[in-house]
Amino acid sequence: MTDILVVLETRDGALRNASLEAVGAARAAADASGGGKVTALATEQIELDAAILGSAGADEVVIADSKAHSPDGAAATAVRVAGETGTGAVFVSATVRGRDLLGRIAAGLDTGFAADCTAVDFADGSLVFTRPVYAGKAQIRVKINGPVVVASMRSNHFGPADREASAEMNTTSAEIGKAQVTSIAGKSGSRPDVAEAARVVSGGRGLGSAENWHLLESLADALPGAALGASRAVVDSGWRPHSEQVGQTGKTVSPELYIAVGISGAIQHLAGMSSSKVIVAINKDGEAPIFQQATYGIVGDVNEILPVLTEAIQATVD
Amino acid sequence: MKICVCVKRVPATTTRVVIGADKQLDPAGVEFELNPYDEFAVEQALQVKESGGEGSVTAISFGLADAKKELQKVLAMGADNAVLLTHNSAPHADGATTAKMLAEELRNTEAQLIFFGKQAVDRDQHGVGPAVATRLGIPCITEVVKFELQGNQVICEREIEGGRETVTAPLPCAITCQKGLNEPRFASLKGIMAAKKKPLEIKEVDLESAAVEVIDMSLPPERPAGRIIGEGPDAVPELIEALRNEAKVL
Repeated sequence: MTDILVVLETRDGALRNASLEAVGAARAAADASGGGKVTALATEQIELDAAILGSAGADEVVIADSKAHSPDGAAATAVRVAGETGTGAVFVSATVRGRDLLGRIAAGLDTGFAADCTAVDFADGSLVFTRPVYAGKAQIRVKINGPVVVASMRSNHFGPADREASAEMNTTSAEIGKAQVTSIAGKSGSRPDVAEAARVVSGGRGLGSAENWHLLESLADALPGAALGASRAVVDSGWRPHSEQVGQTGKTVSPELYIAVGISGAIQHLAGMSSSKVIVAINKDGEAPIFQQATYGIVGDVNEILPVLTEAIQATVD
Repeated sequence: MKICVCVKRVPATTTRVVIGADKQLDPAGVEFELNPYDEFAVEQALQVKESGGEGSVTAISFGLADAKKELQKVLAMGADNAVLLTHNSAPHADGATTAKMLAEELRNTEAQLIFFGKQAVDRDQHGVGPAVATRLGIPCITEVVKFELQGNQVICEREIEGGRETVTAPLPCAITCQKGLNEPRFASLKGIMAAKKKPLEIKEVDLESAAVEVIDMSLPPERPAGRIIGEGPDAVPELIEALRNEAKVL
């Protein structure tokens, strides 16, 4: 029986979806271990819905009284609450902020950590974490020695539980950190981040130039919830920002649908996207390695194909 | 100012992973290199030293004896000295154990700034920098794309999902570096020659039992064979049909 503490990520007064996935992962892991309590901790002040968190899998919600996000403060709050509740595991989501907390919480609890987990099982009395290594070229299964284990859950691999339950709501004091977030600038537009999106439209050198990117943007606009991605080559050329790069030295993604446009498929790129559920490749070179990973492929000039594809998808989705 | 930069020797990103008998990466035929993100860390450490006009940059690595090569590269880029913490099982050490080893070494350096790559591209855990900082009781700002030092205050920007946040922290402070922070310099011929005369200390360390145990390693499941639908815009209707009715993703 393992009790699990989940550190929630909140921003602008809202709970991030990745946190509900982490709560769901914790619920499933606690149940697999023979039943355990799931406590969700918000390290900053926020209004949370007991029904939503209860449904996602939390038995209790604890909200700390910090006004702003401090990375070391949030970690210290989590370490303290983990100690107070005697929890057997601490889960975070493998977002940028979650990754930031993972090593700190583990060091604070003097234990090991497993990052970016894609599955959690229970075997021989321990939680077993499956996680990618070498940017997804391989995966390992690990267990953490020690009374407390710390792990982060990758987006799109776990879902919130769907149960009829309401969480008990409580508050706690926040620890003060030395580092402080002083401002957050939102990116223009409403596109999701490539690491979290359920659909990704990704472009490479085959588009010919940065000026042709509007073709890719139109396709992403036609697909609800789609994010833009890019190959390393176009990021290094300055056509696109690094925040869009998919692959080793970029982001690892596993959406429902990944459309690779004008990307030949270097091994570093394939490592970062080959766990996508459905992969569509469009490339002028029929021998390009991307086609070996693709579920469906079209060979041809991407600048001719993109407008037709966008129009067809618009007609389908509408 | 005393500055430290922690680096790691990793398999090159072009490596094709073959799993050996010990359930780890089979190193046969694998080329190793300085972790790409560590290059940004080294560059930033050197820039801070150069803009301050004084101080020193110490490179520290935990690995096998052959990580000397990567430390030589960091010295050639401009670091003043290097320390290699070695143990036979270092390549299999988990992030928490690595952080413990590095923190022990860093504790006595009185470094005001400690730079790391945001992750090592082998285990991909992003955890060592913040874990070291926590053990040292100092703040850490991770995945930094913009770094500024104002007196005793560090002001950094980092990219988070859908935005960019500014984080400030007082010295001493640890920083983990993301691509985009700077353009790492190449080692000059003069730098390579000079590196040979710079101090590189090798210390054998005791390794405690691992915090994380690897049960097994496997290759990702093979993707089912796909198909080329056709050529040019004419193939689009069939693709839409397949996405809708076969894959059911539209």
